[in-house]
Amino acid sequence: MSKPEAASNGMNRRKFLGAGAATAAGLSVAPGISLISVAEAKPVDQTISSDQRWGMLIDTNKCAKGCSACVDACNDENGLNTGDEQRSRQEQKAQWIRKVDLRDKLTGHEVSLPLMCQHCENPPCVDVCPTGASFKREDNVVLVDKHICIGCRYCMMACPYKARSFIHEELTNQLEYSPRGKGTVESCTLCVHRIDEDTANPRDPACAEACNAEGHKAMIFGDLKDANSDVSKALKQHSSKAIREDLGLNPGIRYRGI
Amino acid sequence: MKKVNYLEIEGRSGGFLALLGVLGVILLAGLVGMYHMEHNGHYVTGMDNQIVWGMPHVFAVFLIVAASGALNVASIGTVFGKAMYKPLGRLSSLLAIALLAGGLMVLVLDLGRPDRLVVAMTYYNFKSIFAWNIILYNGFFAIVVVYLWMMMQQSMNKYYKAAGFFAFFWRLILTTGTGSIFGFLVARQAYDAAIMAPMFIIMSFAFGLAIFLLVLMLGYRWTERPLGDEMVRKLKNLLGVFVAAVMYFVLVYHLTNLYATEHHGVEKFILAGESEHTTIFWFMQILVGGVAPLAILYSKLGASRMWIGIASILVILGGLAQMYVIIIGGQAYPLDIFPGMEIINSSFADGNSYHAYTPSLAETLLGISGFAVALLIVTLGVRVLRFMPDSLSDKDVDPHHKG
Repeated sequence: MSKPEAASNGMNRRKFLGAGAATAAGLSVAPGISLISVAEAKPVDQTISSDQRWGMLIDTNKCAKGCSACVDACNDENGLNTGDEQRSRQEQKAQWIRKVDLRDKLTGHEVSLPLMCQHCENPPCVDVCPTGASFKREDNVVLVDKHICIGCRYCMMACPYKARSFIHEELTNQLEYSPRGKGTVESCTLCVHRIDEDTANPRDPACAEACNAEGHKAMIFGDLKDANSDVSKALKQHSSKAIREDLGLNPGIRYRGI
Repeated sequence: MKKVNYLEIEGRSGGFLALLGVLGVILLAGLVGMYHMEHNGHYVTGMDNQIVWGMPHVFAVFLIVAASGALNVASIGTVFGKAMYKPLGRLSSLLAIALLAGGLMVLVLDLGRPDRLVVAMTYYNFKSIFAWNIILYNGFFAIVVVYLWMMMQQSMNKYYKAAGFFAFFWRLILTTGTGSIFGFLVARQAYDAAIMAPMFIIMSFAFGLAIFLLVLMLGYRWTERPLGDEMVRKLKNLLGVFVAAVMYFVLVYHLTNLYATEHHGVEKFILAGESEHTTIFWFMQILVGGVAPLAILYSKLGASRMWIGIASILVILGGLAQMYVIIIGGQAYPLDIFPGMEIINSSFADGNSYHAYTPSLAETLLGISGFAVALLIVTLGVRVLRFMPDSLSDKDVDPHHKG
């Protein structure tokens, strides 16, 4: 499947859901009171567009060593801690975001940072995927289509950030907006379900929200193509780096202080 | 030199049935292992989110590489016009198809979702070398079957040369594709090297010929058909050249890496590290799979068929070791996510000096069963169709034979 097709299939599904919503509206007993309501990923009048590029700036100076609020929030949000992966060993359990503590080999300077899918503009995982299950949306969110992932794990071999996890056992208790399945690969979705609620003004991903709630405010999320977004302004003001910048992948996640 | 007469084997002896039985049991064990893995999920294997490709890939890639190499014997006859190799063309092609089938079976059954094989056949991302390989592997089956048909049906003989050329070029592209699975991985220190593609081609020459020699010698011994010494001598000398060439490519690969400071870490890990990969590299790949067979093939021992057989087995074991070091060793060395920094803490095993891997019985059995499938196809193939000449004695096949 080519990338635009992947996106347009998603659109069709949304149109379908939209039609379902319209039908449900017709079933309402009185204006404003409906008997059936349909969960909607995103309003039909909003499209996923390449005019937007979602990304994040992570300030490692503000990221507290030992704090794992972002990791816990991600696990809660995406149903990674429902107690399902009981039989998998620690090295086999899925992690979409992890905390890493680093020390500069020359200077001894230490930093702590969260690491997840970097949502590259040129993602190697998408290049190598034989079926196109690993794909990049128009708004540069890199995702896995769980329906056509055959579980070959080539994307995991290709990712320079080791951002992907393979599901090693049967899972139950999944969240509706975050389907996961044995034998397929998954990674951070940038909380795409939150983005699709309102692409004009999306809620922060769970990790950034939790970081703010803790008072660290180390993660600024937003539209990298909107010069007036908080993240664009912060990026313009301060120097920042991409991890493995040498690979030329142009990740959407940028870091300060590394 | 007389006209070659191809004949099915009788296949009524106890030995024939015993061979089928042994191969069948190995295949069954592999399928039980596969069921265990697929039913429970990969948590029952030694694989994890660090070592994502395990023992099944070691065997699968070895068999796929060997498959294209096994066809070489046919190519030498057809493409390079060496008359003595022509009678071997059919067996060489059959072995090539059989090895590829064995390798692909292992590869597919190790997928997270083998039930979605049809997805892999219907959704293509043409930037992926994996997607190209699916086409190259399927194409290989088709082309070699046509090649066999051209060779086996007299009225089609006039086309067999063209088919042979096409098959030869296809197999070169195929092995380039297999090597590029690793060559195209920019993120990993042990891969991302253009030499992977030609190295895999030369590896295929050696592994494929080693398996072919064993099949040929055992096949002719068990069916009590004559096999000339000159034929065996030529093939074993060729095997020696290929083994030496593989060692040359390994040398160049490591020398190039050793020159670049950024690769010193992974080179130290493989060549002088504390993990099993160092032992497997030096003892199994270099000594057992390289030096020992060369010493056997080019010494007086090389005159004995038993020793040629032992040398072939050593080449196969060394080849499996080489695949293990490339595939598992390449993943065991941690990704250099933060160059210049040391990772002091991570919940996702980033900071380890290397990733350990202990293969489970199930995944190892699945890998070994790939060999069983290949040999079953060959055994049944020569039973029902005319793949093997009734005589390969020197006076029958060697145009320069004096006597």
